[in-house]
Amino acid sequence: MSAITPEIVKRHGLTPEEYQKVLDIMGREPNLTELGIFSVMWSEHCSYKSSKKWLKTLPTKAPWVICGPGENAGVIDIGDGQACIFKMESHNHPSFIEPYQGAATGVGGILRDVFTMGARPVANLNALRFGDPSHAKTRHLVSGVVAGIGGYGNCMGIPTVGGECEFHPCYNGNILVNAMTVGVADTDKIFYSAAAGLGNPLVYVGSRTGRDGIHGATMASAEFDEDSEEKRPTVQVGDPFTEKRVLEACLELMATDAIVAIQDMGAAGLTCSTFEMASKGGMGVELNLDLVPKRAADMTAYELMLSESQERMVMVLKPGREDEARAIFEKWELEFAVVGHLTDTGRLTLTMGGKVVGDLPIDPLAEASPEYDRPWVPTPAPKALSVDDVPAPNDPLAALKRLIGSPDLCEKRWIWEQYDHMVMGDTVGRPGGDAAVVRVHGTKKALAITTDCTPRYCLADPKEGGKQAVAEAWRNITAVGATPLAITDCLNFGNPEKPKIMGQLVACIQGMSEACSALDFPVVSGNVSLYNETSGEGIRPTPAIGGVGLIKDVTKSVGLALGSDQTLIVVGETTGHLGQSLYLREIAGREEGAPPPVDLASERRNGDFVRGLIDAKRVAACHDLSGGGLLVGVAEMAMAGGVGAAIEAPQGTPPLHAWLFGEDQGRYLLAVTDAAAILADAAKAKVPAAVIGRTGDDALTLNGGHSISLAELKSAHQGWLPEFMSAP
Amino acid sequence: MKAAVIVFPGSNCDRDIQVAIEQSTGQPCAMIWHKETTLPRLDLIVVPGGFSYGDYLRSGAMAAHSPIMRAVKAEADKGVAVLGICNGFQVLTEAHLLPGVLMKNRDLRFICRDVDLRVEATDTVFTRRYRKGQVVRFPIAHNDGNYFADPVTIKTLEDEGRVAFRYCDANGNVTEAANPNGSLNNIAGILNARRNVLGMMPHPERLADMLLGGIDGRPMFDGLVEALAA
Amino acid sequence: MKAKVHVMFKEGVLDPQGKAVSHALAALGFKGVNEVRQGKYIELDLDEKNPDKARQSAEAMCKQLLANTVIETYAIEITE
Repeated sequence: MSAITPEIVKRHGLTPEEYQKVLDIMGREPNLTELGIFSVMWSEHCSYKSSKKWLKTLPTKAPWVICGPGENAGVIDIGDGQACIFKMESHNHPSFIEPYQGAATGVGGILRDVFTMGARPVANLNALRFGDPSHAKTRHLVSGVVAGIGGYGNCMGIPTVGGECEFHPCYNGNILVNAMTVGVADTDKIFYSAAAGLGNPLVYVGSRTGRDGIHGATMASAEFDEDSEEKRPTVQVGDPFTEKRVLEACLELMATDAIVAIQDMGAAGLTCSTFEMASKGGMGVELNLDLVPKRAADMTAYELMLSESQERMVMVLKPGREDEARAIFEKWELEFAVVGHLTDTGRLTLTMGGKVVGDLPIDPLAEASPEYDRPWVPTPAPKALSVDDVPAPNDPLAALKRLIGSPDLCEKRWIWEQYDHMVMGDTVGRPGGDAAVVRVHGTKKALAITTDCTPRYCLADPKEGGKQAVAEAWRNITAVGATPLAITDCLNFGNPEKPKIMGQLVACIQGMSEACSALDFPVVSGNVSLYNETSGEGIRPTPAIGGVGLIKDVTKSVGLALGSDQTLIVVGETTGHLGQSLYLREIAGREEGAPPPVDLASERRNGDFVRGLIDAKRVAACHDLSGGGLLVGVAEMAMAGGVGAAIEAPQGTPPLHAWLFGEDQGRYLLAVTDAAAILADAAKAKVPAAVIGRTGDDALTLNGGHSISLAELKSAHQGWLPEFMSAP
Repeated sequence: MKAAVIVFPGSNCDRDIQVAIEQSTGQPCAMIWHKETTLPRLDLIVVPGGFSYGDYLRSGAMAAHSPIMRAVKAEADKGVAVLGICNGFQVLTEAHLLPGVLMKNRDLRFICRDVDLRVEATDTVFTRRYRKGQVVRFPIAHNDGNYFADPVTIKTLEDEGRVAFRYCDANGNVTEAANPNGSLNNIAGILNARRNVLGMMPHPERLADMLLGGIDGRPMFDGLVEALAA
Repeated sequence: MKAKVHVMFKEGVLDPQGKAVSHALAALGFKGVNEVRQGKYIELDLDEKNPDKARQSAEAMCKQLLANTVIETYAIEITE
């Protein structure tokens, strides 16, 4: 028996109290392998111990939800016997350490989560947040992360159709790489992870297991020697070609009825996957580690159980179906091994070389998984910023040019052109719009997909920020004409052991809950990434939301591009809210005030009205208004269509610059041809709407005087990112 | 027209090209697994885009030595039409069905965007529905599309009118600015001497549906059906 | 035997990766780097015990697969 010292316990991230629980459950001292298993099962990543209490409060139900949080990914009904399966997950820390491989394996992991459930992935998106552009590492990180995402997704042949990319110094030491995958399956071919069937074979498929990403740190123990660090690469390397084959082989096997349960091996590999399958199905598992395909013959039980090697899956098959399954995996030249079977002992028993090398009770371990009610303090309410405190620009159009050329608002073509966004032949709405529109193959319907979050709002007022992130996703989906159905979330926060940070998490979740309920937009999957801190400096609260909606007739979806001779209508109320706006930050150089409040009732009313107009084919182009405000929205639509516009601002309140750049929520900009009728309908629906201009020419003109050419706007908008990335 | 698409384990545009062909023929297009050693009687063989065997050594290098490619070569030698798109073009050069090689893009990045192409040769089964000098818009999506060959080969290709498509601007001018990947002479697609094998980096199958943004790719498939229908 | 194979671009073939590395070195302040060429290094662990035969088979592998002789040259080193 290896002596488990307090030092070893600590290195496994377990507190003395948690270790006492381990001793109680085991009834003896665990060996190192068993300790390692407890450590990963009770890690924040696997157990959600800090966030579970609050995650439970999120709305997760709706008539169209087939499977909410708890499985590999969420499942919603999209009609005609089809389901959409999706999830978003973080790969923040690995991407900071090794941007190419970190981002690539992040994409690989989320793809597996989705196809494990029986779906063919049809779209990827990525919400990226980097540090200050002037920070020494930023360019290297952007370049590596983007290449890694492309390298993996392009090879898999899954289009990467959207996402976001922002910069802020708070991410200097902790970038965020949140990857989302959306897939489509038949509702009668959805696969879950609960193991069932006494004696059924447990099968390992995919790549071999190597010493990748084992977090146990250097152990002062017999199992580890001096050069063990060298043996254990902490960076996992992605192999998209293998994953492509795993995908095709799994889908081929799923077309038969041989699979009882299936689970991908993500973080903590074999440990998490076998535990989850057994625990969900109330079964025991006997696992013979000698049979696990290995990259190195001398791997220990500890290493085999904790390895995070990529592109691996575990499944439980119906008895007698092994050969059929083996033939499929061999056709795709992949590992296939029966490594164990299900038992009724309620225990996970590991054998190696004919000896038992680990024996743990499954339910007690899962049930005793820590859940903390961490102390938290509410974020003090921000002081509202008066419009009078924000100076007007000398030249609003020059301010516009600076805004659309700023890192957060500039065109991200340099990024998405490195992603194959058209493969699979169904990308109707390409990157750069409000939501990506991906046709469901062989049908008339399409999915609208987006990712959204405004961390500056979340920092100032986490609850409003949480609401806003959900509302903006809902709005972006609405803006292309789709009905928003459900979300996945990726909650990126700092150290939850700090009451202030915990307070941000709690309030963001409360805000999200309110918005999800009010908008019928439940959470069906997600992931939490805590401890995003370096030397005590935490990131801003960043609850990234991935939203999915459905449009029944894809020919009705609309984009951003303006055409000539159209009238511009703004839907929603414009009060000129400048607190926490990009105008305030980029032009006035200040980050203050309260974020714009989200009125969920009007959000819904306005959105439903706009969606109705799009469905009735009365809208030529539509854009949601968010960061940068109204004038930025007009400029983006003008650049997309190559057609200018003449804007007439109302006299009086709010002052011109607040009207142009305020970030009031719940607003849309429409380009239409029957403006009068639409205004009348809006009045009937109690939806604020006003004409703000006409389209035409090749410039933006303000109040009949001052103007800026589209060419000048485009060069500012398109210039920043390529220039930044090509600097030596 | 009897058409078939060769499927390598890492092919990923196989379904896209199948959809485009079936749209023009109204008949099922066969999918042929890379481990097959023989081919049925066919009018058109397509080597699709993707990453054949992961492309870790060189794009298309391993696929070029697969059993099925021996059969494809034999059919090409008999005059059967062979179309290689993107990775398919890379495979055809590695298999020496077409000269030259596709190197890493000039800017060392993957590029996915619509490009303008000038149709240079119309006396082929692939391009008969286009006008010489016509500007068409197809998407590209590749890491290694930078066409290179020695000066003698380039001269032969040019002299024999075997450059099928060239990258150009919207007005058909062949300029350096319109060259997305650094290809010599802005070459986007080439023919073999017998003109029955076409390799091209751009994807005609990706713009053969108005909903996806254009249909400039359709005439290629309609033309093939017209020329090859029995 | 082990065969160590170096695959390099032929003289005169543009090597954009080499150029990018050369650029980056200059940006980092390294002076006096005239040219950078980037290639591939491949290690083969062969059953063959006879060095000449090992070289012959490595040679064949290079010609058929490991190098594309349109743009690349190769060099083989045989060791124990």
